[in-house]
Amino acid sequence: MSTHSETNTHIGNSLSLKRIGLWVFILSETFLFGALISTRYYLQGVERPDHLNQPLGLVISIVLLMSSLAAYRGEVAVSYNDQKKFRINIISTIILASIFLVGVGWEWYEAFQYFPPSSAFGTIFFTMTGIHAFHVLTGMIALIIIVKMGSDGRFNSNSYWGVEGVVKYWHFVDVAWVFIYPTLYLVN
Amino acid sequence: MTQLKFLWPITRGLIGAIIGLLVGLGVGLSVSSLTGNPATEINISFSYVFALLGWLLGVGVWNSWIREWIGIKPSYFEAKNWQRYFGFSMDHKVIGVQYLVTFVILFLLGGFFALLMRIELADSGEGLLGPNYYNTIMSLHGIIMVAVAVAAIIGGLSNYVLPLMIGAEDVAFPRINALSFWIIPPVAILLILTPLFGGFDSGWTAYPPLSVTNADGQLLFLFAFLTFGLSSILGGLNFLTTTICLRAPGMTWGRLPIFVWSIVAASIISVTATQVVAFGLLMVILDRVAGMVFFDAGLGGKPLLYEHVFWFYSHPAVYIMILPAFGALLEMVSHFSRKPLFGYKLVVASFLSITALSFLVWAHHLFTSGMDEFLHIPFMAITELISVPTGVVFLSALGTIWRGKLWLVTPMLFVVGTVFNFLIGGLTGIFLADVATDIHLQDTYFVVAHFHYTMMGGEIFMLFGAIYYWFPKMTGRLYNETLGRLHFITMFLTYNALFITMFIVGTNGMNRRVWTYPENLQDGNILIGVFSLLLGLSFIPFVYNMVASWARGTVSGNNPWGATTLEWATDSPPPEENFAHPPKVDEGPYTYGQSGRKETQATPI
Repeated sequence: MSTHSETNTHIGNSLSLKRIGLWVFILSETFLFGALISTRYYLQGVERPDHLNQPLGLVISIVLLMSSLAAYRGEVAVSYNDQKKFRINIISTIILASIFLVGVGWEWYEAFQYFPPSSAFGTIFFTMTGIHAFHVLTGMIALIIIVKMGSDGRFNSNSYWGVEGVVKYWHFVDVAWVFIYPTLYLVN
Repeated sequence: MTQLKFLWPITRGLIGAIIGLLVGLGVGLSVSSLTGNPATEINISFSYVFALLGWLLGVGVWNSWIREWIGIKPSYFEAKNWQRYFGFSMDHKVIGVQYLVTFVILFLLGGFFALLMRIELADSGEGLLGPNYYNTIMSLHGIIMVAVAVAAIIGGLSNYVLPLMIGAEDVAFPRINALSFWIIPPVAILLILTPLFGGFDSGWTAYPPLSVTNADGQLLFLFAFLTFGLSSILGGLNFLTTTICLRAPGMTWGRLPIFVWSIVAASIISVTATQVVAFGLLMVILDRVAGMVFFDAGLGGKPLLYEHVFWFYSHPAVYIMILPAFGALLEMVSHFSRKPLFGYKLVVASFLSITALSFLVWAHHLFTSGMDEFLHIPFMAITELISVPTGVVFLSALGTIWRGKLWLVTPMLFVVGTVFNFLIGGLTGIFLADVATDIHLQDTYFVVAHFHYTMMGGEIFMLFGAIYYWFPKMTGRLYNETLGRLHFITMFLTYNALFITMFIVGTNGMNRRVWTYPENLQDGNILIGVFSLLLGLSFIPFVYNMVASWARGTVSGNNPWGATTLEWATDSPPPEENFAHPPKVDEGPYTYGQSGRKETQATPI
């Protein structure tokens, strides 16, 4: 009686339920990033300033994609109950993500000089990278939580939804960058 | 002290909010001293965001959620009886009632603001509110009523009955469900505080450039709307997942009650389109707080961008409001005509095509905004096309009533009233979808009357009808039929008198969103004011009826309407786990008049 939903057999325990919930959430977030990308074209067309730091943009994109690979390796490891490999991979994901955020910070520092938020391209640039960086940050917090949960021994090869959910979200954040990167850096 | 233990979640939430407010203020002060941007708005932004987080953590997120993540045992405290309504309960039935009561109160508050507007408009000169306060009150009326229309049926009624209708024990994510309700109080508080910060005179649409340059109250409004959007997304996510995953054995998609289908369609819109308006509001916030230039035409921004983004959500949003109302309408039509629903499959197809088409009509709000001319005709055509599936819904209602055995109790009276009102709302919509007439009628009271006919005459009437219909399910008691009919008759007559007069003054040139008008429109406005007051009074029997019947109405029994759908197969009010014996569904939802039908569509297993 007292712990209503928690004792209940089919709510909160079904994996397909959680998966579908996550996919609905990802569908919802897709509309946010869709709106972001459309706004860029609506306001600026395909204009792009010359002062974008192209090498840095490429490097942080690669770093972020590498982090997705590490996250995937982490998920596979936990599915084989390899706790050590799981930890190493998820912690590398977090490190790569921090490198990505430092890179974005560096970009912002340079962008302030050439196209500040009070210019048209700056508005787009800071908003897109800012909203994306916010998602990276939330993903990192989630990754830290699953490392903690993993070290408490709460995942094994039969039950690792926490890892699966967070890693799926992490892939989504990376895929979003795969669309944002060309929209900001390559289109001309 | 132990009797007051049920107030702990709210107390903890308030303490959390105050701590958050102070922390946010500190962060805001340090950020504004670094950047030198206008400090007040930065302070407001940080204070609000941190206060919101503090409130949510305090009210229940920490205890029932975060503790589990970091490996501490979650602590639940479930109060008993009426005290449950004040806590972070995860029971969808409690949350449904929380939503419903909150939004009925907000509805009455919004109605009170409308009466203040009518007092100002009783005279063409300056009256009670004057130019300073009129637009703020008008905007508050708008946004509160929009929130009621979006959340009262979905958050309140469907939270209560959808899991029962599909034979589930609860919604898919009970904690998220509780969260989506407890996000609402900060929204209400923020909106009520706006007059202290100079109000906001932009209307609920908050078009820039006005919304970028006006008083700080606008920022509070933007945050309130943004937060409300979050609640709406979480709600939609829950209903979609619940319907996909938690249907009872035998409850196939073709056996879902039509109300459930309407909630599915509305939820698809609310999880997707809401993100887009949230981004629109965020752009205005960034323009105000961070000095960005999304809408500054002088520096490369485009004000029209906001109108596109805003209506990309806000036109589909009218279907978030009206689809559940259609669902409830068809549900009741079948039960009270004692006939199977006419054209069930066609109605489902209509709901889904309304959902799809609703994403393609937004720019009809921009016919006079300076949008490219070549867009006028396609958007006019699609807007008129969407009336076809809407017509199918009407056909289904009329086909079900046709040669049915009508039982004209209060909920059914509201159904008949809604059919009448929405017909007027739909027909007057043609003039507004049509470019040529719209350019004359844009921003007049004709538009105001039109959307009140669809939203209030369609949705709010259905909200009240559905409250009467499910009242015995929620409370186990019958409402007073005489008072119910009195409520319907007074509300229906005064409502129609009021808004038909608005059509007339609108076509004569009465502009919306103004506190003054030419003197020849005086008589019409006085008439509208009188009818408004009477309409307001018509809710007295409703409130009295609900409170008194809940406390000491006649006990209703489990299925006072003899309805076939699953929610009536369990006790009224349902036990905590909804069904003492899990139900197995073995026939469609509306089997009236068919040989060998059972009392409801289910048998216990």
